[in-house]
Amino acid sequence: MSTAAEPARPDLVRPELVCPAGTPAALKSAVEAGADCVYVGFRDETNARNFPGLNFSRKELDEGIAFAHAHGAKVLVAINTFPRAGQPELWHRAVDDAAAMGADALILADIGLVDYAARRHPQARLHLSVQAAASNPEAIRFYAERFGVQRVVLPRVLTVQEIAALNAKIRPVETEVFVFGGLCVMAEGRCALSSYATGQSPNVNGVCSPAAHVRYVEQAGGITSQLGGFTINRFGPGEPAGYPTLCKGRFVADGKASYLFEEPTSLNTLGMLPDLIRAGVTAFKIEGRQRGRAYVAAVVQAFRAGVDAVLAGRPVPDLDLDRITEGGRQTTGAYEKAWR
Amino acid sequence: MNASTLPVSPSFLTLGPVLFNWRPEALRDFYFRIADEADLDSVCVGEVVCSKRTPFFAPYLPEVIERLAAAGKEVVLSSLALIMSERELDQARDLAQGEGWLVEANDVSVAAMLAGKPFAVGPLVNVYNEGTLAYLQSLGAIRVCLPAELSAPVIGTIAKAAAAEIEVQAFGRLPLAISARCYAARARNLAKDGCQYVCADDPDGMPVDTLDDEPFLAVNGTQTMSYHYMDLLAELGMLRGLGVRRFRLWPQQADMVAVARLFRGVLAGTLEPEAAAAELAALCPGVEFANGYIHGREGHALVEADD
Repeated sequence: MSTAAEPARPDLVRPELVCPAGTPAALKSAVEAGADCVYVGFRDETNARNFPGLNFSRKELDEGIAFAHAHGAKVLVAINTFPRAGQPELWHRAVDDAAAMGADALILADIGLVDYAARRHPQARLHLSVQAAASNPEAIRFYAERFGVQRVVLPRVLTVQEIAALNAKIRPVETEVFVFGGLCVMAEGRCALSSYATGQSPNVNGVCSPAAHVRYVEQAGGITSQLGGFTINRFGPGEPAGYPTLCKGRFVADGKASYLFEEPTSLNTLGMLPDLIRAGVTAFKIEGRQRGRAYVAAVVQAFRAGVDAVLAGRPVPDLDLDRITEGGRQTTGAYEKAWR
Repeated sequence: MNASTLPVSPSFLTLGPVLFNWRPEALRDFYFRIADEADLDSVCVGEVVCSKRTPFFAPYLPEVIERLAAAGKEVVLSSLALIMSERELDQARDLAQGEGWLVEANDVSVAAMLAGKPFAVGPLVNVYNEGTLAYLQSLGAIRVCLPAELSAPVIGTIAKAAAAEIEVQAFGRLPLAISARCYAARARNLAKDGCQYVCADDPDGMPVDTLDDEPFLAVNGTQTMSYHYMDLLAELGMLRGLGVRRFRLWPQQADMVAVARLFRGVLAGTLEPEAAAAELAALCPGVEFANGYIHGREGHALVEADD
């Protein structure tokens, strides 16, 4: 845990670091590296990282919560896909079980499921998932006033200035923002590109650009990466072939090939932590429940050091996260207006 | 599908809002012709994609609404889909506080503003199941156009549980994603702030091909759409049987009066779906059609009718 000295900036609220845990091992790594909270999902399609070999059984979550609580950390359970019509039981049971196990918060996206959780578990702390894409004060007040949602994970569409203005309008509702990792370029939860190409989507199946639909085709001039049979990118001989995430591909529009939506890049806001803290954000979220424990530990340590430095009135240490970002490329994404 | 087996409950046709940035005079003339000639029950107007476009059509909106209403069309006012600024919220509040017209919420914030009076829910609000539907109905939703990626069995389950009228997108490019970033501007190396309204250059969307020149998507400013046009002429009967009461046609650069006539003909049983599909293809030269989502497949797939 943090050993920050007496804060030199008592005017600033110390944001929680919310860290990914795709496995029990990653949960332990994150907690030991200084995470205030870890977020996890059950091993099924109730969460938006429904990848093979990831996530928690009921028993693993029970043990994970006990471990985190013993070390002063919280566990947030993401149940953030949209329940399938006619079969809400899987999602309802996930809410019931997470609440019964003492999860510190449930992260939900679907209006019907938020309504269910608020009615059945009025004592449970509810967070609104980024997948709900609540991008303005009216939307946030809707979830806060009607269901008692206490924190909103903001979609990656707002600038830091807009986030600061938003926070001033919605207090005491808290905001959580992504600070590192994979980056959606579309408003989250409002994108069906993956299902258009593959039949599987984040909202329904908890997967985007799923591996089962990925192919790498070797040709004379290099390697072509495909998703659902569509060419997403092409790599020359010796060039590392990146994963074909649909919105990070190269396409031809207006007569030229380009990374039309976004380059294969990772979000890294280490350099703008002072701005995000001043904007009144309550929690910083690190993406990557699909990542290994070494990745999680390195990122958590870097952001732990960064947050503690800002709170102590020191500059953010220049920590090298290049090695672990996608293709070594980094962006501050929508937090700067020029990104749009 | 034999036309005589269609159920007899009435079906309705909605013309969705024009999602593209058409020149204001062209848009006005389009709606005038729709008012005068198209066999449609409801017509949605209003900017859904980008608030920067709104001022250009605003001067024409009152006469368009008046002409549509005078022609017996139900006028529906569609809201923006991605609301981020106070200015955009104010626009939505004006819409929500207006009297006399049904408003279609395309963002949860707008549904919240409309709570307590009858309103419509557009396909860009996530209604994936009966739980969310029930909650929105409790707020006043009387009509819900479902998201694109739902399959027929899911639609049927929702329709069975619905008190509200269930609407399905049946023709045109499907809206697949919305972003803060403008890809029409980005494709031309412009920032959104200085976009020069280049999205107007592509009144049917900017085609997005793969590096192998395969048509894939279409860009409409901040919105990403399917390259393929949805065509559910062959599925209308099946969807009616599942309880779908209303079908949405998205305006494209095609003769929408003629497109509406084909869908009306199939719904009325006066036109066979196969014949209508052939006519539709003739009305949309070069267009590729899809119906994959309805069949539980990838959205771009075209599943042939099996009878």
